[in-house]
Amino acid sequence: MDFSQQLLSLLIWLPIAGGILLLIIGDDNDVESQRSVTMRIVALSMSVLTFIVSIALYKWFDNAATGMQFTERFSWIPALNVYYYLGVDGLSAPLILLTTFLTPLVVIAGWDSIKDRPAQYFAAFLILEGLMIGVFCALDGLLFYVFWEAMLVPMFLIIGVWGGERRIYATLKFFLYTFLGSVLMLVSFVYLYGLTGSFDLFGFMNVPLGMTAQKLIFIAFLLAFAVKVPMWPVHTWLPDAHVEAPTGGSVILAAILLKMGGYGFVRLSLPIVPDGSEYFSGLVIALSLIAIVYIAFVALMQKDMKKLIAYSSIAHMGFVTLGFFLLWSVGPGTGAGLGMTGGMVQMVSHGLISGALFLCVGVLYDRVHSRQIADYGGVANTMPKFAAFMVLFAMANAGLPGTSGFVGELMVIIASFKANFWFAFLAATTLILAAAYTLWMVKRVIYGEVANDNVAALEDLNQREFIVLAVLAIAVLLIGLWPAPLVDMMNVTIEQLIQQVGQSKL
Amino acid sequence: MTLLSLICVVLLADLFVDNEHRVMTFWMSIAALAITAWTLFATAPVGRVVVFDGSYVSDSLSQVLKITAVGFVAVAFLYARDYLRANNLHKGEYYILGLFGLLGMMIMISANSLLTMYMGLETLALSLYALVAIDRNNATSAESAMKYFVLGAIASGSLLYGISWIYGVTGTLKFDEIAMAISANPGLNSLPLWFGLAFVVVGVSFKFGAVPFHMWLPDVYQGARTPVTLYLASAPKLAALALTIRILVDGLGGLHDVWADMVMVVAVLSLLVGNVIAIAQTNIKRMLGYSTIAHVGFILLGIFCGTEKGYAAALFYTLTYIVAVAGAFGLVILLSRRGYEAENISDFKGLNARSPWFALMMLFIMFSLTGVPPFIGFFGKLNVIDAVLSSGYPGLAVLMVLASVVGAFYYLRVIWYMYFEPNEDQAVLQASVDMRLVLSLNGVAVLALGIVPGWLWALCTQIALSIQ
Repeated sequence: MDFSQQLLSLLIWLPIAGGILLLIIGDDNDVESQRSVTMRIVALSMSVLTFIVSIALYKWFDNAATGMQFTERFSWIPALNVYYYLGVDGLSAPLILLTTFLTPLVVIAGWDSIKDRPAQYFAAFLILEGLMIGVFCALDGLLFYVFWEAMLVPMFLIIGVWGGERRIYATLKFFLYTFLGSVLMLVSFVYLYGLTGSFDLFGFMNVPLGMTAQKLIFIAFLLAFAVKVPMWPVHTWLPDAHVEAPTGGSVILAAILLKMGGYGFVRLSLPIVPDGSEYFSGLVIALSLIAIVYIAFVALMQKDMKKLIAYSSIAHMGFVTLGFFLLWSVGPGTGAGLGMTGGMVQMVSHGLISGALFLCVGVLYDRVHSRQIADYGGVANTMPKFAAFMVLFAMANAGLPGTSGFVGELMVIIASFKANFWFAFLAATTLILAAAYTLWMVKRVIYGEVANDNVAALEDLNQREFIVLAVLAIAVLLIGLWPAPLVDMMNVTIEQLIQQVGQSKL
Repeated sequence: MTLLSLICVVLLADLFVDNEHRVMTFWMSIAALAITAWTLFATAPVGRVVVFDGSYVSDSLSQVLKITAVGFVAVAFLYARDYLRANNLHKGEYYILGLFGLLGMMIMISANSLLTMYMGLETLALSLYALVAIDRNNATSAESAMKYFVLGAIASGSLLYGISWIYGVTGTLKFDEIAMAISANPGLNSLPLWFGLAFVVVGVSFKFGAVPFHMWLPDVYQGARTPVTLYLASAPKLAALALTIRILVDGLGGLHDVWADMVMVVAVLSLLVGNVIAIAQTNIKRMLGYSTIAHVGFILLGIFCGTEKGYAAALFYTLTYIVAVAGAFGLVILLSRRGYEAENISDFKGLNARSPWFALMMLFIMFSLTGVPPFIGFFGKLNVIDAVLSSGYPGLAVLMVLASVVGAFYYLRVIWYMYFEPNEDQAVLQASVDMRLVLSLNGVAVLALGIVPGWLWALCTQIALSIQ
């Protein structure tokens, strides 16, 4: 059955349809009832089905092809010359796979732990999944923007309805902060629309732009993406949002929403305003290094596990932006490509690892209802299987060779070494700092004597939790030991991108 | 004409209907509206037709605005009916005054002469004053009606004064002749005309509720009974837009450079004041009033551009805004019941637990008003930003989007209360089936229009071409 031409639309609308179906099935208060069981099964099936469709995407993806694949282009708003234009390449395909891979895991993770209005919860995640895939596929500026902003709606609800104590503050901050960043991107798009006559991203990439225009547009894009990534100093929404979100929400936030910022940089900033990007590359590199080093120190001092992992996310995303903007500082050779590839691999790997870490914290929270490190100690004694997983993911977070965390970081550090010794020096401190904060947390929580009665009463992982963590562990190890399939997907696109960015638009 | 005669029929018939069967007046009004709409469709002109010795024009702008006005008055009547019945306000006068107001709006929309415009404006205004005061026993209604009446009289006086100056300078009352006089004799474009123009802008701004002539708006929105606020917030905006376009663009289009700055200042102030002050409100009607002021800022920025794109954007924004605002007030009415006015934003607390469907409708409407895609409000803002940017005002575009972000907070607050707060009010929502149906369609329309906005935008651009 060849539906390759509609594959991307299927990937977008299938989960959204699933979400709407769940809303129709609706909630009732009895967890055992037919309706509740049906609803959960529908949620899981739709997310797994989407994943299976994305496997088809992976199988049919041509690693050697230049240009976009699986493109679809229909006229959507003729009066504004806006098209429903979808397509993937080596930059978007891995991120789509990450999205479809994680959503079923999030559904499974929330199976029993969401008591209040679970149908709306699962519906929000499915609709969010469709919209996120839409962002990664969109090749028309307005379509991109519509998906980008529309994503905020379900995420706002997820954090606000099912989150922790300060959830309202956190979700309002999240929405307003990201909305503020994004609206300037809208103004840039409309400006470029005025210049080119359409919202086509390739039109934007080809239109010549003067230096002032490029600088202003880059700043507008920078604000939008820096808030999303998030970069220091506009990162302050993230700790609150991650801590207060429900476990599944934190996973999706960390694993995918943050990647949108990185994706925005490579899909939009670099090709559309290459000279502007070059001009400000020093700034971005500086901010990335600050994130890597300073935020790591901040993470070290956290007492709340989720907040620690949140700061760790910011620090790891620093590698992503660093890798992307090394392009101009690196001499001729493969350095630039290495940096970009490293950034991309880091995005995928960080998605898996921080997702896994948040799920681990979720496992503990479901039992003890506390995220404070001080409330734990010696968990390994009562939950040995869980301890094994948590230590694995902690090591991956620290960048242990053999796990996916190492691959991306190594590539970026080598690329930054080619650019400037000090960049590499500062970036490489992560190898020490990330190990410090993650392993110290793990030591305090997992190892040692059993600290209190709560820990003594802990039950080890049930089947559901075990499956979720095992799947993630396999993924992390797979990419760590054999990153070639992932990297091969990206190579051609990254080379093309570097060539394109290297040509000045002035 | 049809409408006027139908109104008389309804008015007379209402005398013979007693309180028990007052709903007959409702159905007769709806029938009257249906017949009016049919007449509008049947007499749709090809191109632009000027009749009644040049005082009445029928073109694509008037067709679209009139049909929309008829539609939304019908919607307002439907939403109002149950509320009025529950609160012992169900008198025929509501429908009669509503229909007279519609008559005034239709005269304004089709006016080709300053005098016709003024006549329509006064018909509308007097109907509205009476409607605001329709609850005789309510002190706040009476107070807001007084404020509206006095301030409205001053504004109408100002408008009339400006009109008299324009007549004095150009020698004619008809818009097309005014435009011709100005283009034929550039010497007319001088201080005396500008003097009159300034007063006209004041009158127009009052009608819209733009800063600094907005003081009546929050008080009237809050003080009037909710069905009246619903009526007041939706259809008259169309008339205000027609007022602005007919006078400033059709008539005084040649003076664009003079009135553009005035309109821009008014628009920017409205954006800022509306968005900022709405944050502090606890009464939802008042909050929606200040949000109206902010949205009027957007509409006026579209007019300010002076380009076809700008006028089309202003028209598109007004049309789509009315859909959202009618739904918002409809939902406020939905939450009210006998003896209990759901006026406070906190009345929305826990609506998701009471009625997930209507909470979702309110969510759609609130996000649309914020300007979040894929709802239609986003496209309204997009077009105005496009118009402003292509006229060469990037600073204004940035200001607009920043104001939207500020404004996002109070819309989010409503959604916060609906979804994140526990349910305090256990009462079941009381509303009849037809109201629920139309309200649901209203909410879904906000999303549906956002998914396929092209046809409406194409229509607006076509109309804008004909205005020039």
